[in-house]
Amino acid sequence: MTKFGRHDDRTLIDLMTESSIRAIEDASANEKSVDAVYAASMLAGELNNRTAIASALVDQLVLFPAAAERIENGPASGASAIKDAYCAIACGMYDTVLVTGGEKMRHVSGETITDYVATMTHMEAEYVHGITLPSLAGMLARLYMERYGVTREDLSRVAVKNHLNGSKNPYAHIQEPVTLEGIYGSPEAEVNNPVIADPLRMYDCCPVTDGSASVLLAASEKAKEYNDMPIKIAGIGHATDIMAVHDRKDPAVLEAVSLSAAQAFKMAKMTPQDMNLAELHDAFTILEIVESEDAGFFKKGTGHIALRDGVTSLGGRLPINPSGGLKARGHPVGGTGVSQVVELTWQLRGEADKRQVKGARRAFCCNMGGFGNNVVAFVVERC
Amino acid sequence: MDVKPITRMLSVAGGGSRMSAEIESILGVDWDVPKKEYPPKVVLLPTGGRMVVREARMEELPKLIKAVAPLISVERDFYDIVAARLCGELLALYRHRARNEFCLVGIVNGKLAGVSNNRAFDAKTHISLHTIALKRGARVGTHMFAAKQENSMETLEAEEILVTAESPIGFRRLISQWCEPRPGIQHELNGAKTWVITREKYQKVKPQQVFGSRPVPDELMKSSETFEIAPLDWLPKE
Repeated sequence: MTKFGRHDDRTLIDLMTESSIRAIEDASANEKSVDAVYAASMLAGELNNRTAIASALVDQLVLFPAAAERIENGPASGASAIKDAYCAIACGMYDTVLVTGGEKMRHVSGETITDYVATMTHMEAEYVHGITLPSLAGMLARLYMERYGVTREDLSRVAVKNHLNGSKNPYAHIQEPVTLEGIYGSPEAEVNNPVIADPLRMYDCCPVTDGSASVLLAASEKAKEYNDMPIKIAGIGHATDIMAVHDRKDPAVLEAVSLSAAQAFKMAKMTPQDMNLAELHDAFTILEIVESEDAGFFKKGTGHIALRDGVTSLGGRLPINPSGGLKARGHPVGGTGVSQVVELTWQLRGEADKRQVKGARRAFCCNMGGFGNNVVAFVVERC
Repeated sequence: MDVKPITRMLSVAGGGSRMSAEIESILGVDWDVPKKEYPPKVVLLPTGGRMVVREARMEELPKLIKAVAPLISVERDFYDIVAARLCGELLALYRHRARNEFCLVGIVNGKLAGVSNNRAFDAKTHISLHTIALKRGARVGTHMFAAKQENSMETLEAEEILVTAESPIGFRRLISQWCEPRPGIQHELNGAKTWVITREKYQKVKPQQVFGSRPVPDELMKSSETFEIAPLDWLPKE
């Protein structure tokens, strides 16, 4: 993957090309190895005035005559592209598929980005009334505070943990740790960590990020030709939920996370307890806590207790977001799902350096499109 | 943009030395309203770092200009305009061509993190000039902006501060929090509009925006007596 962050001097295709080349080189593959290219992006047309980005990527990489298409599924575009590539290989159509997810967003104002991202909410029931993703997350956080006793300190603890992890990740957008006192417990925290969507503050929200990530998927029997230590996708789940949050049976439950995770674990013939680490979609700190419960790692309403006890920290029983997560590694929306799988790959290979989860053999990730209404989950393991 | 001319000008020691004392006494300006020194304070940053905010000394101004000048090449967030103007203002202060101007510096771990300056139009009306953060993403600019208004209002006892905005980020983060519109007056920086921080408004904003503790512990103060200029890894590549 590329370093995530701000890339003023590079185009989206430049970034996607760089991560693609890195993945191809990592696999010791060549241009003849790639049967198809799946390019994931949510906003390439809207923000970069680029359409048909898969064609542009193939052209840049000289991968002709590989099939090429763009896959868009909101911020879950990256994971969707991996899932679709898996299916294409599993059905026997291709042997090897390059999946690249990327986004270039930093050149546009925060207001514009927030508005574009908000267009994935329910148009008539939410968007036209001014709803944004931070506001939905704010309401979820408030509900969790009232129902389960989650505190603002708990939310800040997620940020502190993930920024610390991000400081150990050379690819992370933000590589500087923050302290609980600096963003929560001091008078200065009022300025250091201003309100975004009550009760969420700036450090509860992921940054807007430029970046790209790539993986090369191959049929199991072919994978070892490319790499001595390929990582196996053992389980995949993909589920949706009612779009308008207020119409869901319980707005404090991310049903699509539960269903997709259950599908992935079932396919892998594993349980949440078998996992050594997880990368969750923490676009907002509250989401990490909720997803950690709805994916099955902790009983409902106790995710924040596990957080307080250090269970989800590096060195804990189940490190969550050792990469820094969306919170610190960054969130180039179409690239996030792919970057989660890249992180798990490095972790399972033992190549994650200072943020390495010792002895990691199995891992989980989930990538969310919309506000919890379209979720793709993976279980991966060492071969 | 080549920034060498600014530093080269500074190396011409005291242009005033070639002028007659008589003309210099006409052109040279300094403080002509009551002056008190800003009491240094320490501000906690989100990173856990502690930023000492203190008044810059006259002999430090060339070093400050050297630190700010490279930012003239940064278009992003209007750093170019702010840096160019700040360099001009600091140079004018150093060469005694700016009346009643003060400058604050923010220092983290012995490294310059931010600079801000204001000037007194007269004892009661102050003019907010510029704020620049060399350390990004740590709310340095917000704290430095607050500190210079604190200096104007509390140390120098101004009654109001005229403000304008040049960058969208400054407008969004500061004007909307701190200011009220003041139509019919042109701010001396020729900005689009003029806003004002009245004493009443300052007292309302202060509990949410002005932070820091005093006195600064001796050891921390000692380590902030001077500062280094840290390399800026976020500058655009040439």
